[in-house]
Amino acid sequence: MPLPPEILLKMYRNMLRIRRFEEQINEVYTGGLMHGLAHLYIGEEAVAVGACTALRDDDFITSTHRGHGHCVAKGGNLEYMMAEVMGRVTGHCRGKGGSMHIADMSVGILGANGIVGGGFGIATGAALSAKKRGTDQVAVCFFGDGASNQGIFFETMNFAAIWQLPIIYLCENNHYGEYTATESVTAGKCIADRSTPFGIPSCQVDGSDAIAVYEATAIAVERARSGGGPTLIECETYRYRGHHVGDPGESYRPLAEREEWLAKDPIIRLRIKMKADSLASDAELDAEVREVESEVAHAVEAAKKAAYPDVSEVTQHVYA
Amino acid sequence: MSTLEKEMTFGEAIREAIAEELRRDPTVFVMGEDVGRAGTVFKVLTGLYDEFGPDRIIDTPIAEAGLVGLGVGAALTGMRPIVDLMFGDFVTLAMDQIVNQAAKLCYMSGGQASVPITIRTTLGAGRSSAAQHSQSLHAWLAHIPGLKIVIPSTPADAKGLFKSAVRDNNPVVIYEDKMMYTLKGMVPVDDDFTIPFGLADVKREGDDVTLIATSSMVHVALEAAKHLGELGISAEVVDPRTLVPLDRDTLIQSVIKTTRAVIIDEGHRGYGITGELASVVYQGAFDYIDAPIVRLGAMDVPVPFSKPLEDATIPTAKDVIRAVQEMKIR
Repeated sequence: MPLPPEILLKMYRNMLRIRRFEEQINEVYTGGLMHGLAHLYIGEEAVAVGACTALRDDDFITSTHRGHGHCVAKGGNLEYMMAEVMGRVTGHCRGKGGSMHIADMSVGILGANGIVGGGFGIATGAALSAKKRGTDQVAVCFFGDGASNQGIFFETMNFAAIWQLPIIYLCENNHYGEYTATESVTAGKCIADRSTPFGIPSCQVDGSDAIAVYEATAIAVERARSGGGPTLIECETYRYRGHHVGDPGESYRPLAEREEWLAKDPIIRLRIKMKADSLASDAELDAEVREVESEVAHAVEAAKKAAYPDVSEVTQHVYA
Repeated sequence: MSTLEKEMTFGEAIREAIAEELRRDPTVFVMGEDVGRAGTVFKVLTGLYDEFGPDRIIDTPIAEAGLVGLGVGAALTGMRPIVDLMFGDFVTLAMDQIVNQAAKLCYMSGGQASVPITIRTTLGAGRSSAAQHSQSLHAWLAHIPGLKIVIPSTPADAKGLFKSAVRDNNPVVIYEDKMMYTLKGMVPVDDDFTIPFGLADVKREGDDVTLIATSSMVHVALEAAKHLGELGISAEVVDPRTLVPLDRDTLIQSVIKTTRAVIIDEGHRGYGITGELASVVYQGAFDYIDAPIVRLGAMDVPVPFSKPLEDATIPTAKDVIRAVQEMKIR
């Protein structure tokens, strides 16, 4: 069944929100307003948005060091996110987590994670919790190709399989683990195959196609909610930028490769489809762009004006 | 609080604590390797499976990182898991989950998240189990802000502290000396008997020297105190009971009174718990101290297998007595 136009428009809007947000992150970072590390999600928007569009507010996600996109797509607040990466007290985590640790428990964002593969246990535990509490919530564990080589990936797939937990392991294969080509350090034909020994169904999806990601996730969500257990989805995607702001990402990646992925840009692609199917006009889509730009600009301005946490907060929240 | 007491072993006290908490709170469950029908390798949980069934007493794969990781995720989302890591040595396999995840999620989320997980594990040599099943690694986790570290020495303390651990909204690691499971003691009969964290207990009062001891070393200290008494030296035995939070004041006040201290813990001496406790006492009681504080810990060697070698690595009452005698109190 084709997706209703309002869902497509929402996906278009959310991908744009991520793109513009990340572009502004680049600006504030290079402008010296943000410290630490910034791992941009630009180019991968269809994965987060396609997947999270298939989720409810009370479903759970765990995110990664490249996590801004997941947080936006799951319902994080742009103003609080921007404040968080700038270390301000109005941030989602009062400035204590920063870019790699944004969490918003109110919409099921159980946290981005600075440890590669750090979300496997948490997400699988959240799925166990949903099952034990008798809800039909599901958990999505976003992880990268790099994390697919961590041992806990296999441990948690085993747990999820033996207990038929409502979890979706969603791999964003952007083909590089930091600066190293995934294929040079990863055995097997594809990451999707890695769940086969556990009897966990899996699929490979074009991660530049938000609709395809949505559809694959929706099938997995339905399976999870109805007691059918876990799924592994591998999305092929690409980060246009380097591993982090400051890494041009050019010395270890062929330029032609980036051009190939730019040509199938997820945002342009959905826009073209919506127009071709007469689901939205240029004027409507341009209005979305303007609204998003205004929202992001407001988030940046508000974050810039926000205060840093008082130093007295340093000892707060060590314990609940 | 009820004054009714009954005698039980250390292991039975822990089992009773867990059973009562399972009955009280439906979000509590136990998971770990061999916790089900086997009742754990040390048989501490015998009978729980029969009462609570496989949904609440859950056997898991041998996969410590995943096991603790699932516990963290479940704790984050409304459950109160008790995760069983049968040997403290195996904590090493779950360090990322404990140190980078459980301990930090509350802080990193600005207080949004809480992780009410209880991790029960063991410490202590003495079973000829060699270097990978005998370590006392509690100092590792005591070093990490965000965790609470519980280290009981008696059946009553084990029960009261364990129940507090389950009810605490933070990650708590409880270290049980596997040599103490058959130790007997009187335990209050009361479903709501809890012992607050951060409250040291004076196990024996004395005037001449303070023996600060943890876990099974409390019994080593008590034995030493008895012999010292026969020699005319009055030793006070203080058990911190929780390393984090630490009741600094009780330790300091005791040493202010006695002016001398021996600190005994079964972790390695180097960079160990005794160093931290000695520092606390020096800072708080410096003007009153009449002799250098003595630190006794496991020898800084891997725990050996052969019985005479293993025995040589663990502090004994004789070591404590010798340390006190060298202080030349009288």
